[in-house]
Amino acid sequence: MNHLLIAPLTLPALVASLILLVMRRRHLRLARLVSLGACMTWVVLGAALTARASSGDIATYALGNWAAPFGILLVLDRLSAMMVLLTAILSLAVLAYATSSDLDRRGWHFHPLFHFQILGLNGAFLTGDLFNLFVFFEMLLIASYGLMLHGQGAARLKGGVQYVVINLAGSTLFLVAVGILYGVTGTLNMADMAIRVAGAPPADQGLMRAGALLLIAVFALKAALVPLHFWLPRTYASTSAPVAALFAIMTKVGAYSIIRTTILIFGADAGESAWAPAAWMLPAALLTLALGFIGVLAARNLRDLAAFAVVGSMGTLLSATSVFQPAAITAALYYTLHSTLAGAALFLTVDLIARRRGDYGDALTPSPRFPQIELLSVFFFLSAIALVGLPPLSGFLGKLMILNGVRESASAPWIWACILSTTVLALLGFARAGSLLFWESAAVGTDIHAKVPPHPILTLVGAAAPLAGLIALTVFAGPVTTYLTAATEQLFDSAAYVTAVLGPR
Amino acid sequence: MSLEFLVATAIGVFTSAGIYLLLRGRTFDLVLGLAFLSYAINVFLFAMGGLIVDRPPIFDAAATEYADPVPQALVLTAIVIAFAMTALVLVLALRTFLETGTDQVDGEADASTRHSS
Repeated sequence: MNHLLIAPLTLPALVASLILLVMRRRHLRLARLVSLGACMTWVVLGAALTARASSGDIATYALGNWAAPFGILLVLDRLSAMMVLLTAILSLAVLAYATSSDLDRRGWHFHPLFHFQILGLNGAFLTGDLFNLFVFFEMLLIASYGLMLHGQGAARLKGGVQYVVINLAGSTLFLVAVGILYGVTGTLNMADMAIRVAGAPPADQGLMRAGALLLIAVFALKAALVPLHFWLPRTYASTSAPVAALFAIMTKVGAYSIIRTTILIFGADAGESAWAPAAWMLPAALLTLALGFIGVLAARNLRDLAAFAVVGSMGTLLSATSVFQPAAITAALYYTLHSTLAGAALFLTVDLIARRRGDYGDALTPSPRFPQIELLSVFFFLSAIALVGLPPLSGFLGKLMILNGVRESASAPWIWACILSTTVLALLGFARAGSLLFWESAAVGTDIHAKVPPHPILTLVGAAAPLAGLIALTVFAGPVTTYLTAATEQLFDSAAYVTAVLGPR
Repeated sequence: MSLEFLVATAIGVFTSAGIYLLLRGRTFDLVLGLAFLSYAINVFLFAMGGLIVDRPPIFDAAATEYADPVPQALVLTAIVIAFAMTALVLVLALRTFLETGTDQVDGEADASTRHSS
């Protein structure tokens, strides 16, 4: 057993407790240093895990050496390693921004909550059994409630109550789904469950389908799939920008869980419950896509625009996922990387703009010129290009891969039509916002002397980091797609996963 | 009446009460609804191991049959999480009431409950 595998869970817990117990507010400077250092460590750790996983063998870690399927198991394959690395990179950029914009001063426990959130995310990506997936979901949700409410204010509390209640209802549904699947198959380990589902008697198929659909519905709630998306715009628009940027990965946890459980447990071998969610996921995903980008067009302020852009990109991602064919899944994984970084970049850019516009804030109205308008227009332009999916950034490549990947599917014309037409909608929405904010504002004479965040350079660097990530993703599209193709092959080879977890049989 | 019928009815009653309360617009009803729902889920999880009477809860070489211990472990975890969450929602609901002056879930007081300030 390689103990590197447990490090993404134990280290964030230790760092969070250390900051919580020892540093608190009196040692904010020290807490910031430790927190930033820890985030850099997560990046190194994620890179090490990815390097390990890229050899192609699936590593497992049995906690307390209790053998699967009874013990708790962590499983590292190409996909989970990549998600851990993505979480680490995103969290480093977000933490740099949050620290330099003094968000962590506006409450008591920002840094511990931040690392507990990372702990929950890493756990959800690495876990090998369904009940621990539930536990890690709860862990990241509890931390996210704290982060979402961080800094307080009535608007945030209003959005917060809805967010918390919806996720609690989602958690109870998750338990029902896990209970049904346990009742039918008698196991919680995902690999073991895959075998039992494949060999289940016909009498159990109805219950199993019900369990599968409930489970996917819960993940769809996290992934903001229509009609379970309604919590997202309000939550993301009312919370602080760095937290919204970090939450860009939370919707991806839903997408990741859908991809993982459907392909592994309810994949081709699952008899009647094979690909149970695919039939209704596709129309829902296309609706999500349309609704998200219509929202972008209709938004009256920048935060809403960013939140609806996230909904729209989740729609793109899930419409590629719901085909469940290798080429489409590879494209969906590439789009996952892209849309996480693009969503984060947009939220941070919006915050930079809103802070410099004084009383105008993030409302989409012409205002007088604000400081650094030229630089911020470049930031906005880049993140808009990325989210709309125009060349040359990775959004374009991602959409192209999706269009190409779904070609084999029977519903390809629908997906093509929806993706292409919503791209136009998104383009219109972002063009309207950009021209209002930058051209019309530049034409107004007097300057605003708004209060700029305390460390303007550092905040700019924090917001530029996801953009740099997007450019890197575009430049290194070749190696990344090679890795992702291998990851997809590994995903669809459930026999290898089962052998790695349960041993040869 | 069989044991299964009784337990199933209890789960059904709890769930429907929970969902009814969840769909109401006040935070206090909502908290009660979530509590009811989590009771229902706990009993449901417990029942998923099979309703067995008078059997040892862990494996015993002398016994021919034993009750499934896993659902009990799951229920324990679920109870702990549900407790923590209920506490959190209560605090949050109270704070929202103090901040917005209404206990409506969306934070917008309707005409009949608006304070006459």
